Amino acid sequence: MVYLDYIAAAPVLPEVYEAMLPYFTEHWGNPSSIHELGEKAREALEKARAQVADLIGAAPEEIIFTSCGTEANNFALKGIAWAHQNRGKHIVISSVEHFSIMHCAKTLERWGFEVTRLPVDSYGMVNPADVEKALRPDTILVSVMHANNEVGTIQPIAEIGRLCRERNVLFHTDAVATVGLIPVNVEELNVDLLTLSANTFYGPKGAAALYLRKGVRIQPLLDGGIQERGLRAGTENVPAIVGMGVAAAIAKKETNSRIRHLQALRDRLIEELPKRIPDTILLGHPHQRLPNNVSVAIEYVEGESMLLFMDMAGIRISSGSACVSRSLKVSHVMLAMGISAATAQGSLVFTLGIHNTEKDVDRVLAALPPVVQRLREMSPLYHKAKRAQASKQLSGGGHSVQR
Amino acid sequence: MYSAKVMEHFLHPRNVGVIEDADGVGEVGNPACGDVMTFYVKVKEDRIAEVKFQTFGCAAAIAVASMVSEMAKGKHISEALKITNRDVAEALEGLPKQKLHCSNLGADALHKAIEDYLARKKEKEAGDDGNQSSCAR
Repeated sequence: MVYLDYIAAAPVLPEVYEAMLPYFTEHWGNPSSIHELGEKAREALEKARAQVADLIGAAPEEIIFTSCGTEANNFALKGIAWAHQNRGKHIVISSVEHFSIMHCAKTLERWGFEVTRLPVDSYGMVNPADVEKALRPDTILVSVMHANNEVGTIQPIAEIGRLCRERNVLFHTDAVATVGLIPVNVEELNVDLLTLSANTFYGPKGAAALYLRKGVRIQPLLDGGIQERGLRAGTENVPAIVGMGVAAAIAKKETNSRIRHLQALRDRLIEELPKRIPDTILLGHPHQRLPNNVSVAIEYVEGESMLLFMDMAGIRISSGSACVSRSLKVSHVMLAMGISAATAQGSLVFTLGIHNTEKDVDRVLAALPPVVQRLREMSPLYHKAKRAQASKQLSGGGHSVQR
Repeated sequence: MYSAKVMEHFLHPRNVGVIEDADGVGEVGNPACGDVMTFYVKVKEDRIAEVKFQTFGCAAAIAVASMVSEMAKGKHISEALKITNRDVAEALEGLPKQKLHCSNLGADALHKAIEDYLARKKEKEAGDDGNQSSCAR
């Protein structure tokens, strides 16, 4: 099997798995208990907190564990909105955010907040000047993702953060797609809140965190006990958090070598796919992009069909086409980038991981062109486009003869 | 997600292609919505002698078009016009709820091709009548 869908899920590292095991069976205490079993769990929890904090240049007390990135994003937006609504009710997000931000923003609108959605350019990039224009005296929060999970574009977060700081506006970034994959430092990025998830860096699912800069007021999303300094009630998922900590420590050590490995594979795919499949368009920014993301649109064919044929060939990838989304809606990210709905239908997203090899890339490059050709043969759009091209060439040729 | 029947038709679609001298052509769908289907029919004595299709779409759309083409072949046009989306979905041993609209598209494209045939036939008959009447003059 060739797996190129690491943004959806990644296997945990063997060291991570090994580290988690005792916390299911041996050290299974509740970290809130004050007896020895509880103490053991608490120690493990605090060690993981320090490891996660270290990965992003934060202090341990600035890390609040959550169950997933979606929870952390909801906590950031709703928690800040509730806590700061007396100061203003205006929030700014980008138009290419993950649904956990997009849908959260819609909920806040229903609750009386006003949301400005920033446009992006054809690469999916937010212009800091647009952020500056959007800021108002009643703006309490800006949330722009660090990198887009679909097209891989990395946003100018440090610059946006600087603008927000100058205007005394809190700034959150959803860094689920970047933490553990590229260097992320909360000081350098000028962020007040940051979402990260263990799964991106080969930790387990069910473990994520919100970085909350010391001194920033936030309203808890869950009411209950005093876990996570009273900011996130509910018994902590100790085994998963332990795994997250170990994965974070390994990621910190290996980030640079991972980047080199992933970029080499990514660049070969980016270079070779359009050569082997005409009418293939690279989506996202050509340079400011995640080292593991290859997002393309293949004209005249539909994503789900390609994906299933590739699956039959043992290659697991993803697509942003409407037919793979249960809502049957074309990716909002691509529409925001100005890509036509028809082109967006042919999107394929390859997200590479540390386990991928040159051979995997070779297999993709060998398997995909015949799949595309087969689907194009039965596509009325392809035949229409070819006919139009032929007639254009014919009329162009006639013109040159007359000359 | 898909039934074995859907996958079988998706992987080995029947009657893919174009009939250059088709008696009727019907196209439905919109690339923005994800599916475009074109059906071509050749009709002899009001029976569908040959049917071909082209599809831009997902696995369900391809399987639906393939199944509709199989169901229509050899049928009298009045019978072919009665093929419903439900018939198509049933013949494919079910479709995921969100993909049921694809079965609509398949039946619609076939019906449109037959309607095109009927319109052409009517036009031709009217043309023939016209010729006769001009001869009579």
